[in-house]
Amino acid sequence: MSEQKIRVLVAKPGLDGHDRGAKVIARALRDAGMEVIYTGLRQTPEMIASAALQEDVDAVGISILSGAHNTLCPRIVSLLRDQGMDDCLVVVGGIVPQEDIPRLKEQGVSAIFLPGTSTEDIVKFLRENVRPRE
Amino acid sequence: MPEIKEKVSPEQAAVERWEEETLAPVLKKRPESKERFETVSLDEVNRLYTPADVADVDFERDISFPGEFPYTRGIHPTGYRGKLWTMRQFAGFSTPEETNKRFKYLMSQGQTGLSVAYDLPTLMGYDSDSPLSEGEVGKCGVAVSSLSDMEVLFDGIPLEQVTVSQTINAPASVLLAMYLVVAEKQGADWKKISGTLQNDILKEYIAQKEWIYPIRPAMKLVTDTFEFCTRFVPKYNPISVSGYHIREAGATALQELAFTLRDGIEYVEWGVRAGLDVDEFVPRISFFFNAHNDFFEEIAKYRAARRIWSRVMRERFNAKNERTLQLRFHTQTAGVSLTVQQPLNNIVRVALQALAGVLGGTNSLHTDAYDEALALPTDHAALIALRTQQIIAEETGVANTIDPLGGSYFVESLTRKMEDGALDYFEKIDAMGGMVEAVEKGFPQREIQDSAYQYQKAVERGDQTIVGVNKYRMEEESGTIKTLVIDEGVRDHQNERLNRTRAQRDQGAVSNALEKVRQAAHTGENTMPATIEAVRAYATLGEICDALRDVYGLYEEPAI
Repeated sequence: MSEQKIRVLVAKPGLDGHDRGAKVIARALRDAGMEVIYTGLRQTPEMIASAALQEDVDAVGISILSGAHNTLCPRIVSLLRDQGMDDCLVVVGGIVPQEDIPRLKEQGVSAIFLPGTSTEDIVKFLRENVRPRE
Repeated sequence: MPEIKEKVSPEQAAVERWEEETLAPVLKKRPESKERFETVSLDEVNRLYTPADVADVDFERDISFPGEFPYTRGIHPTGYRGKLWTMRQFAGFSTPEETNKRFKYLMSQGQTGLSVAYDLPTLMGYDSDSPLSEGEVGKCGVAVSSLSDMEVLFDGIPLEQVTVSQTINAPASVLLAMYLVVAEKQGADWKKISGTLQNDILKEYIAQKEWIYPIRPAMKLVTDTFEFCTRFVPKYNPISVSGYHIREAGATALQELAFTLRDGIEYVEWGVRAGLDVDEFVPRISFFFNAHNDFFEEIAKYRAARRIWSRVMRERFNAKNERTLQLRFHTQTAGVSLTVQQPLNNIVRVALQALAGVLGGTNSLHTDAYDEALALPTDHAALIALRTQQIIAEETGVANTIDPLGGSYFVESLTRKMEDGALDYFEKIDAMGGMVEAVEKGFPQREIQDSAYQYQKAVERGDQTIVGVNKYRMEEESGTIKTLVIDEGVRDHQNERLNRTRAQRDQGAVSNALEKVRQAAHTGENTMPATIEAVRAYATLGEICDALRDVYGLYEEPAI
């Protein structure tokens, strides 16, 4: 039987429209053999959680550069957990000040990728940390 | 069969001799460090440029003199000797009170023009108290929801004397109206006000993606501001056609140049269709370009921009007024090139990028602060950015002579290549029916996305070096820098003023004015007078944009 493909939702919450990063990541993950669903712009945490459920993804990648990460990221994590997606990995990429990182991790974000991270490192992280399916 | 020898020019023959006699033996002994040398746009650069590369460039026709067609060397006959570029640092964060303080600080340090950054809710036409604004108020810029905020923002800043640039697009006509009403309250004469509204909606659909309405009604709003300013605020620039964001989204230098100028052409066409005279409104169209890392490529881009614009205005639009032919532009250093790693290195990057802008003849300049890959700049970082410009202007001597790189085989050859490449893109876009149609088809968006991906791959292969990121890394960063933190209380502060404004205004006047905005949008008449009336009655940004949303609907991005 062929190996299960990792399914990732690339999500862009908040009002910001800068989607260069989200699109480059989506393409890099696809090129690495993952199945990628991109939400498009300006998704509320509720929309993102419901897309994650509907698409039955293994991981959600949140792209955020606007400074609204402390408000939006924890809410996405808790909505995912509320709907029973306990194993769904949540990672964040974008502009996040160092001092905000520990709190985001405590709140359930598995990794924060800052500017300059190579897409290969992100692929590797997902491969190593996504829980294999039954 | 006899061998047919192609005729080789003496210039080319000289190059071939050098290659054979001097170069070849050296290459044989020691090859160059890599096979292909390329710009940050991944465009190949030759080993050497000689007269053979500029054989088809004619001095009179293509280079000429500053202040003369085709303006390759600049639009002013005295270059920077008469007047330096305007040092215009983009600033805005938190509340209008805080940003007002930063403006006054920058002016006290020798800055010569102001530039407002608005927060995301303002850019999207939402008030600070909208549920969609949660977490975003005052974060990426200053929050402005009504005339009350605008009054505080420009308190003590005489708008008749200071030129202000406003980075606002989808709701630009509303912010212009607020600006004009504040000026009026200060007793300023609209005929004397100068400044710039970004108001470039096409590049929002192409790159930055802060849109509200569908493309065509949005273009109508832009055209309304052209018409209104031409009549009532004649010294104001109602648009700054922007390549900056196109480049930041991943475009190459050529794509930035081509899409921006083609956007400019589109705006001129819409203005002409609205009955405006090219020689009356085009002189007030300004441009905005990026200054990225590849030094010569950027300089060639600016020089080509001026040349292309003057030719297009003359040939395509039959412009007669000299000022219609002269492309004026603002430059900002490339935010996307700044690194989180070893952030002080950014000061050096910014200085070199700014130098390219100056050698390319920019009319105004913003230099990024070294901490901007982390957060909005602190006072200290913003000050160093301004000082960088002052050092270039007053210490290096580069402003002493006009277009010092004019005539360089390399720069002239690159300038020509940029021009030819842009004209190829124009042809493609014209064939699609114009820029609006090209955007609807997703053409520029796709081109940019591809370039962004190719660049990322080149960085990951190590073909493009980013110091401190994919080369010369340091595992332990030496001390993190202090960054600006925006207080989460900003939203409460803003909402208090918003509530006060809503409680004190004449509700009947507000409803009437909003109805007039709806009517104007519906009938297709100019929306500016009704917008100004609504602003005067203290209708909020969100309310006015809602009125327009009612009529125009919302833009939905096609999947690209």
